[in-house]
Amino acid sequence: MTEPLLQLRHLSKFFVVERSLLGRTISVLKAVDDLSFDIMPGETFGLVGESGCGKTTVGKMLVNLYRPTAGRILYQGTDLTGLPARERRRYCRDIQLIFQDPYASLNPRMTVGDIVAEPIRVNRLLPRDKVDDRVGYLFNAVGLSANYRNRFPHEFSGGQRQRVGIARALAMEPKLIVCDEPVSALDVSVQAQVLNLLAELSVQFGLTYLFIAHGLNVVKHVSDRVGVMYLGRLVEVAPKRDLYRNPLHPYTKALLSAIPVTNPAQRRTRILLEGDVSSPIDPAPGCRFAGRCYAKTGCAGCACDTQLPELVEVSPGHFVACYLHPAVG
Amino acid sequence: MSKWDSPVAPGTPPEPASEGLVADETMALGELLPDGSIPEFDETLHEKPENQWLEMWRSLKANRAALVSLIFIAFLALLAVIGPYITPYNPIETNMANALKPPSAQHWFGTDQLGMDIFSRVIAGTRVSLTVGLLAVSIALTVGIILGAVAGYAGGWVDTVIMRVMDMMLSVPSILLAITLMAALGKGIDKAVVAIGLVSIPEYARIVRGSILSIKENDYVAAAHVVGLSDSRIILRHVLPNALSVIIVRATLGISSAVLDTAALGFLGLGVQPPQAEWGDMLGRARGFIFQAPHTLLFPGMAITATVLAFNLLGDGLRDALDPKARIK
Repeated sequence: MTEPLLQLRHLSKFFVVERSLLGRTISVLKAVDDLSFDIMPGETFGLVGESGCGKTTVGKMLVNLYRPTAGRILYQGTDLTGLPARERRRYCRDIQLIFQDPYASLNPRMTVGDIVAEPIRVNRLLPRDKVDDRVGYLFNAVGLSANYRNRFPHEFSGGQRQRVGIARALAMEPKLIVCDEPVSALDVSVQAQVLNLLAELSVQFGLTYLFIAHGLNVVKHVSDRVGVMYLGRLVEVAPKRDLYRNPLHPYTKALLSAIPVTNPAQRRTRILLEGDVSSPIDPAPGCRFAGRCYAKTGCAGCACDTQLPELVEVSPGHFVACYLHPAVG
Repeated sequence: MSKWDSPVAPGTPPEPASEGLVADETMALGELLPDGSIPEFDETLHEKPENQWLEMWRSLKANRAALVSLIFIAFLALLAVIGPYITPYNPIETNMANALKPPSAQHWFGTDQLGMDIFSRVIAGTRVSLTVGLLAVSIALTVGIILGAVAGYAGGWVDTVIMRVMDMMLSVPSILLAITLMAALGKGIDKAVVAIGLVSIPEYARIVRGSILSIKENDYVAAAHVVGLSDSRIILRHVLPNALSVIIVRATLGISSAVLDTAALGFLGLGVQPPQAEWGDMLGRARGFIFQAPHTLLFPGMAITATVLAFNLLGDGLRDALDPKARIK
């Protein structure tokens, strides 16, 4: 059996919202709370959840933009969280990030050629005279003409800018790319192009993706396995087919029912969640989803309101954290 | 790693996109042609890559007041360089027999209480005012940018310490602070430069810090972290260039207040020492003759007013020109 490329173990990120005068923590925002999953080399792991559930925070911890509060990030067996800053930065090369907003992620004062060349030059990945060729190669690899390299980001469309962002990530020759909602800011017609490009690149360069998205429809096309997050917790992890055919967590079912159906004749039962997402600041004990759960009543004696359910493997590769499932408890 | 090796042989330019293919005008940017190739960039359909300075200049030209100010400032700069060689009289030559003469054909601006030619003295004073203005602003700008950039980028206690010191300096009226400094340093134009420069540091530190605080939240700064750039490089390459427009505008407006401060110190007899000509000093020495010979104050006063006004109008024009939203099309 192959070793996982990345293993997250009890990863947490808390933000202090309020401190007392003496510096004691008064309230805490639990953005990511005790997250554990593995990513195998070559696979695309989809991470899904609504806005504010902490999925972007996970991505930012992987690329060293945030320092985890607790837990470990094991990359090829090495714990990245314990490394001193200088050592940690070395792993930047292997784990790269593609940003959500292609308009904010490119420096407006630099040409796109410089944007892609900078990581190569600064990290001395190639001899000086080879940098230009590599930039041209990367431009072609992401479907941009190398002639564009002297242009500024504002001269490009959203899809083209996202391609530049992808080329910048590729410049580091990464093994794992965190795609933070890479297409949600793009037109639907361009989304498919960028998704196809990402799929091609993963074959060409042997890339592994952590694909972050807020809905299950995009993830359905690209992922091998999917993790569903709700308020900082992973509620269900499963291979894609399993998850779409046999969703176990009530939240996953609700998300699935929200995917628009293209066939107007097909009927679907839409699960409408009531109430608002409860605040991740000082969350109440019990399942994070309990406040909006429509299935909770079917389990009168369950600990939904008093105890956090843990992820349990209920069938091979299919994990769920819900007391409604007989295997959890 | 062979998969990252460029298929392009070193030295040969990346192959140009196939010729003759022209993007259809109706096609969205970023789309591929039906055969899967990349559309060639058609120069006739798109604007030439615009140099941002060129764009700024175009918009500045459209602003009549700013353009006139710029021409006037250029004229002043010329006077500052060649002025002392073209004055009709020696600006420091006294002629008591000819004192307080109103403007005439011999003395265009009249003569002052010591019989010196005011026209010659106004011309000679240009050099002092402009030099002091520029030097003082350079001092303030250099120190202000460094302090503001460090405070804004580092945050935390570094920010607190730097900005509280700036607040302390701002809590004393700047001219009073300058006078106090002059009292400590002694009289003289070089000390005036230092004093005016030091007291205007907080303005620049504040404005630089403010724009850096907003710029560093941009995704492209995060992207720079992700590709492993050092903090100093991020500040110099990604943050400061984007704050440049704000800094340029502030510095232009700053010159006008430095010219005004120079005149104020001169008026109080703290700047240049007689008999050297300086506008503020001329005002200060002639103020006893305001009813008897108003022209002795009128002309140096007008020189100060015109210079300050020109720098203010240019600064306003630059602000509009550098702000894409306010740009006149």
